[in-house]
Amino acid sequence: MITVRVPSPLRSYTAGAAQVSASGRTVAELLGDLERNHPGMRFRMIDEQERIRPHIRIFINQREVLALNEDLRASDEVHLICALSGG
Amino acid sequence: MASTLWIGTRKGLFSLRPDARRRSWRLSGPQMLGHIIHHVVQDPREPRRLALAAKTGHLGPTVYISIDRGRHWQEAKSPPAFRKAEEGEKPRAVERVFWLTPGNPSEPGAWYAGSSPAGLFRSEDHGLHWLPVAGFNDHPMNPKWAAGLRTPDGELLHSVRVDPRNARHLYLAISIGGVFESTDAGADWAPLNEGVAADFLPDPKAAYGHDPHCVILHPQQPDRLYQQNHCGSYRLDRPAKRWVRIGERMPKNIGDIGFPIVAHPRDPDTVWVFPMDGSTVWPRTSIDGKPAVYRSRNAGRSWQRLAGGLPRAQAWFTVLRQAMCADEAPQLGLYFGTTQGEVWASIDEGKSWRCVARHLPEIYSLTYAS
Repeated sequence: MITVRVPSPLRSYTAGAAQVSASGRTVAELLGDLERNHPGMRFRMIDEQERIRPHIRIFINQREVLALNEDLRASDEVHLICALSGG
Repeated sequence: MASTLWIGTRKGLFSLRPDARRRSWRLSGPQMLGHIIHHVVQDPREPRRLALAAKTGHLGPTVYISIDRGRHWQEAKSPPAFRKAEEGEKPRAVERVFWLTPGNPSEPGAWYAGSSPAGLFRSEDHGLHWLPVAGFNDHPMNPKWAAGLRTPDGELLHSVRVDPRNARHLYLAISIGGVFESTDAGADWAPLNEGVAADFLPDPKAAYGHDPHCVILHPQQPDRLYQQNHCGSYRLDRPAKRWVRIGERMPKNIGDIGFPIVAHPRDPDTVWVFPMDGSTVWPRTSIDGKPAVYRSRNAGRSWQRLAGGLPRAQAWFTVLRQAMCADEAPQLGLYFGTTQGEVWASIDEGKSWRCVARHLPEIYSLTYAS
C-alpha cells in the first residue's frame, strides 16, 4: 500500500484523515483506488479530460507528477497538494 | 411570507428567515465555509429539496443536494462534466457550475445545470448524477455560439428556463453568446437574439454573440420573457422573435444596463431592475453612488425609481444576476444582495428598503424558498 498525504480541502472525503493508504501501479490506478474508497474525491482533483486541475499538484516523494500514467512503487509516498489559489 | 432567503456567497452559504411580519430576520450560517456558492435553488415540485452549485478555490466544481430544506447536504455522485474529447478535438472541462434550474413539473427529478465554460447538463435523479446535453454542447454551431468570449468571471451559461406548459420547450443564455431556444427537449437549438443590441460586435445585427445577463420567463404567462442584457433591457412576447428594448423608457441619466431582472410572480406586466453604471470603463456600480431599484407596472412602457431607505450617496452597490428575487407573499417581498455582502429587503414591492444583513462575503446568489 502507498501512503497518500491528503490536504485539508480534500479531507471531507477521508473523514478528516490527513493520511490514507491506497494501492496502484500507476498514479491513475492510485487515484482510482482513492475514488473507490473515498467517492467524489477524484473529480475534485482531476477533470473530465483526465487533466490535473489547475490548483492541484501531485508529487511522488519529492518529484512532481506530470502524467497520470507515471509508475508507482509500494515504497513511494504520494502528496496531494492544493496549490496557491485566490484570496 | 418569505420562509427562507438562501444566500450563496464567495465564501459559503447563509440563510435568512423572517418573522411572520417580515420585520425581523434571523441570519444562519455559514454552511460550507470557504466554498464558492454560485447558485442555490429550491425545487418547487418538492419543496424540501434544494440544489446548490459549489466549488472551492483549489478543487473542481460540484453540486450538492439537500432533501431536508438545507439542513444537510450531499454531494452529487457524478457532477456536471463534459464528455471526453475525441482525438483532435478541443477538450472542455467544467470550471464552475454556475446555474441550476428545476425541470418541468411533468418530469419529477429533472434538473438542468449551466456551467463555465458554457455547457448544459441534465440530471434525472434530483441532481445526484449529471449528463451533458449533447444537443447543445455538441451542436454543430456550438463552437461559434460559445466561442469562448469571456466575462470577467469566464464564459457563463445561465438562465436555463423551462416552459411550464411543455417540458420540451427550453431557453438558455450565454454570456457571451446570446439567448437560444429549443423546442425538442434540447436536441436542437436556435439563436433568439433579434432586436437585441450588441454594441461590442462588429456586426450590430449578428444572430448570436450577444451578452444576456439574465433572462426570465413569467411562470403564469410563459410566452412573456424579459431580458437584462449587457446592452439594455428587453421584453419578448412569443411567438414573436424580436425583442423590444423596454429600457429605452428609462431615464437617460440612469440607462438600462444591469445584471438582474425580476418579475412579479402574479403580474406579468410588473418587473424590477437594478441599474448599474455601464458607462466609460464599466464601473458596474450603482449609478453615481446612489443605488435605486426601478420598477415598471406596464411591461416596460414606463419606469418608476424606488430608492426609499437605500443610501442617498456614496454607496457603490453591485447586484449580480442571481442576487435579486421576489417571494410569494400577498404583499410581495423583494430582495437583493450586494457584492459588499449586504442583503436589502422590501415588503412593499420595492417602495421602501431595509438592510437585513450586512458584513457577509460577496453575494453571488439570493433566492427565495417557500
